[in-house]
Amino acid sequence: MAKAAKNNTSKLKFDTINYAPAPESKSSAKIEAQYDLFINGKFEKPSSKKYFDTINPATEEKLSSVADANAADVDKAVKAARTAYDKVWSKMPAKERAKYIYRIARMIQERAREFAVIETLDGGKPIRESRDIDVPLVANHFFYYAGWADKLEYAFPNRSPKSLGVAGQIIPWNFPLLMAAWKIAPALATGNTVVLKPAETTPLTALKLAEIIQESDLPPGVVNIITGAGATGAAIVNHPDINKIAFTGSTEVGKLIQRAVAGTDKKVTLELGGKAANIIFEDAPIDQAVEGIINGIYFNQGHVCCAGSRLFVQESVYKEVMRKLKDRIATLIVGDPMDKNTDVGAINSKQQLETIHKYINIGKKEGLEIFESSCALPKKGFFCRPTLFTNVAQSSRIAQEEIFGPVLAIQTFRTDDEVIEKANNTPFGLSAGVWTDKGSKIFNLTTKLRAGVIWANTYNKFDPTSPFGGYKESGFGREGGLHGLGAYLNV
Amino acid sequence: MERLEVLKTYKIYIGGQFPRTESGRYYKAKNAKGELLANMCLSSRKDFRDAVVAARGAFGGWSGRAAFNRSQILYRIAEMLEGRRAQFADELIKQGSSSADAEKEINLSIDRLIYYAGWCDKFQQVFSAVNPVASSHFNFSVPEPTGVVAIIAPQDSSLIGLVSVIAPVIAGGNTCVVLASEEKPLCSVTFAEVINSSDVPGGVVNILTGKPSELVKYFADHMDVNAVVYCEKNDTDKKLIQEKASLNVKRVLLYDKVNWLNENESQSPYFIMDTQEIKTTWHPIENVAGGKAGY
Repeated sequence: MAKAAKNNTSKLKFDTINYAPAPESKSSAKIEAQYDLFINGKFEKPSSKKYFDTINPATEEKLSSVADANAADVDKAVKAARTAYDKVWSKMPAKERAKYIYRIARMIQERAREFAVIETLDGGKPIRESRDIDVPLVANHFFYYAGWADKLEYAFPNRSPKSLGVAGQIIPWNFPLLMAAWKIAPALATGNTVVLKPAETTPLTALKLAEIIQESDLPPGVVNIITGAGATGAAIVNHPDINKIAFTGSTEVGKLIQRAVAGTDKKVTLELGGKAANIIFEDAPIDQAVEGIINGIYFNQGHVCCAGSRLFVQESVYKEVMRKLKDRIATLIVGDPMDKNTDVGAINSKQQLETIHKYINIGKKEGLEIFESSCALPKKGFFCRPTLFTNVAQSSRIAQEEIFGPVLAIQTFRTDDEVIEKANNTPFGLSAGVWTDKGSKIFNLTTKLRAGVIWANTYNKFDPTSPFGGYKESGFGREGGLHGLGAYLNV
Repeated sequence: MERLEVLKTYKIYIGGQFPRTESGRYYKAKNAKGELLANMCLSSRKDFRDAVVAARGAFGGWSGRAAFNRSQILYRIAEMLEGRRAQFADELIKQGSSSADAEKEINLSIDRLIYYAGWCDKFQQVFSAVNPVASSHFNFSVPEPTGVVAIIAPQDSSLIGLVSVIAPVIAGGNTCVVLASEEKPLCSVTFAEVINSSDVPGGVVNILTGKPSELVKYFADHMDVNAVVYCEKNDTDKKLIQEKASLNVKRVLLYDKVNWLNENESQSPYFIMDTQEIKTTWHPIENVAGGKAGY
């Protein structure tokens, strides 16, 4: 009787259950065959005359080709942003600035479905996530920061904060539109103008956002969106007339940027990599914790800088957690991102899939035990089975380095102090998770974990009012909330 | 026969101890006339590394103390400094200050410590936030110290610059390694003695004397330092620090435009916030029944 109560969850027989396909319609997505650079309120041909393809990583089919901005194009965009800053945006009453940003938020809400579909087609993330998480957060972020525009002096006691000028912003491919919102919204609210570069594998939603910005009648040059790869980003970072660099991406590139701006007056914020600990205590609600583990590492295919990629399980519940975790992994639906049933979509690019495979092989060579979902993968496109490693040592490379894929490294612990020590033993410090029913233990952990965002009995939650950013080599500066304003102001 | 004065040996301060530099090297601190004031330790890279180990070791304890307790300890530093004004005045005058300027600098230094003592348990309230997230979660953000801070103290003063850069860093719960003014180093060692007798745990403040031209690069490239403070206008050094800082994404604070004698620009809780991180914590709010807060 007692035993039956303990094992009250039974494994679902997913091999005998088939979901009917539930594909989202692509009809709402209007993608042009070719996109130019959005500079000074107009779409302009690149002076490089070059374009590159952006593909759907789930099908490997070409979606569109986009302009490859060179240094001359960057210079043009910066000049447009400078002129807009000097002549219009810095002189506009703050409450009018706010109304433009509110207007952008509303127009995103109106076209939310279109954005969600294009985000999924271009980046490979499940449509359910684009629709329910990314795009709503994007609109909310603009709406939230719009209201700050005429209230900045309340955020900095005893100070009159001043805008910086032109902000150069470089964003990654894992949350393409959301990262654009995290960058553009606070920059505009604080009175700066913007040159933004989306990642080369996911440029489309940023270019669709440019359409909205055009339709919103935002003064030309206040936001410029230019596409390209690393060289374009470097031209932004090194441009002498940029006052602020905001970067989200890998720690490796973040360090190069910090070095590149040395000796200049550019203000910098960096939101870099992570290797977050997700810690499960024996008194945690195990079923919820297992959901938190799954969400922590397999959300967005593990392409999440704050992913809970190191799992620490207290020894006494290790067997139970592993059993339930493996059962749960078996139920994850991996496949067509446009299908509304899909839990894990496509890996963003061939290159990233190769990186993930490299790390899986490293794990195997290090002698770690591997477990992966037995699901079938689509024949075309870039896909990876949800994977975990056990018998992991602190020194294992898969426990030390950011993989940015659906690969979980699992370790065990006995005491609170032991797990705090292990969790903090990393150069990163972006996020962490703690699962226990004991409140005082939660606060012991949340105060001692050296990371910028701590989720207790939850994971991977985001909100425009909630500051996000790292300690240590995960970067500096915050995005979101009141604390996100300081990144774009002289206080 | 007249009594012979006992001269002070100026040593460095690491982990609550007063060792000589491990290098055995020294340099001569001189007054404007070129007369010898003291043989100072010419600290080495190894001294700096030892000091970082001490600072890292002290960080958990110091940052974990009650803010109120840190407040009392900073106040205690001010008390001890007040009690040893004569010694500081003597050293300042030896290093070229007029007695009026020395008086002013000491007063300002004591007052600055009192100022930051008061902030220790208040800045968190001013700069924290409860964030009204749209989901059923309790969410709050608080400042926390960034860790070990390497400080190259202002070079043009012996005491006020030193106090002004140490106080906000330790008020916020960080530990630090400080390189004193090369030309005017005397007060730094005496201030270390003040700290040593003020219940500041060993390792929280470590003070070295020596040459910035030799040590700046090590302050900036040490992989267990979280932030660097630099106060000079030397563009080559500034660039060097920012470049080396990128090795482990250090926070770099440049205070090259601050006049440390002007209260309006040289003290504020924003100096404390410069070496703070913002931590945001989420927790679900159970909302299973339909209960509402009424009345």
